[in-house]
Amino acid sequence: MSRIAGYGRVDRSRTITVTVDGTAYTGHPGDTVASVLLAHDARPQTTSVKYGRPRGITSSWTEDPTGLVQVEEPFPEPMLLAATVEASDGLVVRGVNGQGRLAEVPDTARYDRRHHHCDVLVVGAGPAGLIAARTAARRGESVVLVDDRPTAGGTLTGTETIDARPALDVVADTVAELAALGVTHLQRTTAFGHYDDGFVLALERRGETARTRQRVHRIRAGRVVVAAGAIERPIVFEDNDRPGVMLASAARDLLHRHGVLAGREVVVFTSDDAAYAAAADLADAGAAVRVLDARERAPQSWRQRCEERGVAVETGTLVHGTRGEEHLTAAVVGTVTDSGRREVPCDLLLVSGGWNPTAHLVSHVGGTLAYDAALGAFRPAAPLPAGVEAVGAANGTFALADILREAGGTDAPVAPAEEWPEPTLVLWHTPGEATRQFVDVARDATVADVARAVGAGMTHPEHVKRYTTIGTAHDQGKTSGILALGILAELTGRPIQEVGTTTFRPPYTPVAFAALAGRERGDLFDPVRTTPLHAWHVAAGAEFEDVGQWKRARHYPQAGEDMTAAVLRECAAVRTSVGIMDASTLGKIDVRGPDAPVLLDRLYTNMMSSLKVGRVRYGVMCGNDGMVFDDGTVLRLAEDRYLVTTTTGNAAHVLDWMEEWVQTEWTDLRVRLTSVTEQWSIAAVAGPRSRDVIGAVFGDVDVSNEALGFMCWADTTLDGVPVRLARISFSGELAYEVTVSSWYAPAVWARLLEAGQEFGITPYGTETMHVLRAEKGYPIIGQDTDGTVSPHDLGMSWAVSKKKDDFVGKRSHARAENRNPLRKQLVSLLPTDAATKLPEGSQIVRFCDDGALPPAPVPMLGHVTSSYHSAELARPFALALVKGGRERLGEVVHVPVGDELVAARIGETVLVDPEGARRDG
Amino acid sequence: MADGIPGLTLVHPLEGRRDALAAASVGTLLSLDLEAPVAAVDLRVDPDGSGPAAVGAAVGAALPARPDTWTALPSGLALRLGPDEWLLTSTTADPQDWEFHVDETASAHGGMAVDVSAQRTSVRVRGTAARDLLAFGCSLDLRPAAFPRGRCAQTLLGQAAVVLVAYDVDDLALIVRSSFAGYVADWLVDAAAEFQP
Repeated sequence: MSRIAGYGRVDRSRTITVTVDGTAYTGHPGDTVASVLLAHDARPQTTSVKYGRPRGITSSWTEDPTGLVQVEEPFPEPMLLAATVEASDGLVVRGVNGQGRLAEVPDTARYDRRHHHCDVLVVGAGPAGLIAARTAARRGESVVLVDDRPTAGGTLTGTETIDARPALDVVADTVAELAALGVTHLQRTTAFGHYDDGFVLALERRGETARTRQRVHRIRAGRVVVAAGAIERPIVFEDNDRPGVMLASAARDLLHRHGVLAGREVVVFTSDDAAYAAAADLADAGAAVRVLDARERAPQSWRQRCEERGVAVETGTLVHGTRGEEHLTAAVVGTVTDSGRREVPCDLLLVSGGWNPTAHLVSHVGGTLAYDAALGAFRPAAPLPAGVEAVGAANGTFALADILREAGGTDAPVAPAEEWPEPTLVLWHTPGEATRQFVDVARDATVADVARAVGAGMTHPEHVKRYTTIGTAHDQGKTSGILALGILAELTGRPIQEVGTTTFRPPYTPVAFAALAGRERGDLFDPVRTTPLHAWHVAAGAEFEDVGQWKRARHYPQAGEDMTAAVLRECAAVRTSVGIMDASTLGKIDVRGPDAPVLLDRLYTNMMSSLKVGRVRYGVMCGNDGMVFDDGTVLRLAEDRYLVTTTTGNAAHVLDWMEEWVQTEWTDLRVRLTSVTEQWSIAAVAGPRSRDVIGAVFGDVDVSNEALGFMCWADTTLDGVPVRLARISFSGELAYEVTVSSWYAPAVWARLLEAGQEFGITPYGTETMHVLRAEKGYPIIGQDTDGTVSPHDLGMSWAVSKKKDDFVGKRSHARAENRNPLRKQLVSLLPTDAATKLPEGSQIVRFCDDGALPPAPVPMLGHVTSSYHSAELARPFALALVKGGRERLGEVVHVPVGDELVAARIGETVLVDPEGARRDG
Repeated sequence: MADGIPGLTLVHPLEGRRDALAAASVGTLLSLDLEAPVAAVDLRVDPDGSGPAAVGAAVGAALPARPDTWTALPSGLALRLGPDEWLLTSTTADPQDWEFHVDETASAHGGMAVDVSAQRTSVRVRGTAARDLLAFGCSLDLRPAAFPRGRCAQTLLGQAAVVLVAYDVDDLALIVRSSFAGYVADWLVDAAAEFQP
């Protein structure tokens, strides 16, 4: 046991059990998996990803390049750090070798996101961030303060004093004051991405017992104060990846935060003053400590404090390597020129090469980092992006007294001034065998790998990063990045400031996709749009299909029916009696103004200005490329008013398209557009008995063909509610579209059903609608077309005006290619066996006399776009796009279906009632 | 309007979720209620012309002068949705009459009014946690100082387009296209779980 009495902020009154690699370990609330393991002199069973070398715990927080674990209980989560996973009772983890395992069961935990707006966001609740937040809040600014650790205070250990009081008491008071001032203060919250205009994403880990497991905070701040601290920099030497090698700051953190002494025989290898504090603290806690300082001179007061504790200090001494099998047993030590190598027994080797400001959030928004030779590190450089500030260690300010002053100005509390420090010696690596000097311990990338990259001609850090993979592991190179730059500078003989840095990109630490998805899963994954009749469809047992975001009733199976049977029954009902369908999802646009006819003439291929009030016309819209992109009916409501319908999935796109022309190209047109898709609900009543049904419900309307002819509309009322009846048919049968305010759609639907009862009125869905329209050769835009099909290809030259001067797509129609007789054209396909339903998407090839496909490549004639069983034809049929199809009418082609070649005859698209006799009933 | 016209029943688009919304309410923290359907027109008219003043005179109160704000009408609201677009509601008029009435004036000034009474529906969100609830899905700055009474905005709640209306610090409304209303109601009920004791 290495738990030291009197140290740490864990709750020793309570004991919890954590299982790691099958062994149960006891710990306390406030522990991490790493501190629990180190308290038991254990480590996770992990090996490195490439060489399979043993890996231990290298640090005590997110910068740890090793110590990877897989959480198994309470819920599987891969690739977390033992150093950052909070210990909780019943937690089960195991070490992983660089690759984790995703859960195979659904995650039942809740994740969400919340938006915030504030004057100031402070990132980091160490002394710098706390005082910066306090200063802003005292000024009356609204403040959000986030910090990734469980508690505020940053790296304060409890040994410091602020305002002549214990520093942690000042922290507690400050936290209380922030709460009283209304600051939104979030611990366990990592600001992982910083974007333009003060936008920061932060992940809050709320814990397993919280209602929401993790929350992404989307924070928009007037100012962003980066007070994220600094990360200690290692020094590279041979076998520096051996378990037992650790950052000096981590050992100190483990002692003061968790009461854990990470080793008994400790060597501290440093080129900086800060590691002396770790040496002294570990010695006080009972460890035998020896300091090896790479510098020629040790800081005088620290040397003295060490001597008081029996800590030997050797200067001008380097660690060249390590010894041990699974764990460190000795450091290999020598002079700066690598002479006189000797072994110093130890079980913990602490390393400190100085500090790197954690300036990722400055870099995310384009802030430049400049090399500071005194620090041996890159730090934020003026001018910072507008609205961004860096304070404290994140800004390269390391002395507590200076940090407080920088964060709070005259409002700041004071800490004792520190002795003028001995300058940091910038030391990237010690002399030795480059193939065993690990730059990125997580990636098994060595000094030799950097040298190989340089040898291959790479000099830019972005190239070297990709060649060596340094900095691409879970830790994103928090400790290795700067080392790689320093070594690259050294190898290429350039100053490091010329080498520059790689770009820091979000996320700062890994973020689970579940957290990013938030509540947008299950029913809330994507909005489900429904019509006013949805509840009726559900009650009627409809199967639904997704059309865009809409749920549309696809068919209404009765007991024992599959889709094929239900659709055949529904089709037969429409062809022989009467059916009713909810067509409310059709896009509807009210087009008004004196220039409405001009606008529609320009947007549709056919003429709309000549349409008479009271009449309906089918229209086709093309893009600039002359290809069909939408179709629908147009009702002329008045001289200056039309109601345009669009396909269900394209409604918003068509409105945007129309608005774009009106707002940007034809601004002189006096016309305005209003979406009325949900305003009006439509019941399509189709079949030979539809006139009886409509006549029964709307008794005051003359529904005769003479009074209300095909493609005509008439307004009426039903119990005072306005209703529009239109003779529009998408089945070829006598049919009416009944349009009513969506408020009354369920009531009108019920009336129609009631009136249709005696004729066996049959609700039908979109699948039936598709079959009925296909039997008539009516294309579905987006199913029978794919953006490369012109109206002429669809056999709709009749819908393309030759009289109009211009319309969108007209010039493209004049292209020679558009007249190419070998263009794919819409035709019908009848399988000659009258039995096989061709799969949609099937390829069509020339008829093969021997019944076998010729050797590949087989020239393709086209493909099947729609294919159904027809009740009316008592056989399957299909629509297809076929090269030169109109010239091939009557020709038999082959369609490979699985291993079979199915023969099918090309024909006219209209297969049912080609003379149109049923249209008027 | 809530009673509709005798003979045909007016069905609220969120009728099936009325109880779920009520059940998601949490004391004084949060209440979610369906609002009764109202007559509404979408008014498009040149904001710099004589139209807005004329329509204002016709409906009994000046239209909002700035986009993203609303003013009260004698029995309804005038919400300015954009530079040249307003939504005018009436709790007393019949939809056809309302369209005719507004359009009569608007068209004389080169504008138009279109009946959109059934295009949208509305959910009232009230309580001391109302703005907190919306902050889970709306990226606008909803702090009372930034979004006070009198403001409205076309924005997103979750993934649905809504018009958000501020009646007071703890009293807001979401106006949503009726096809998206079920999604928005489900979203609200799910989000309200945060405030359940």
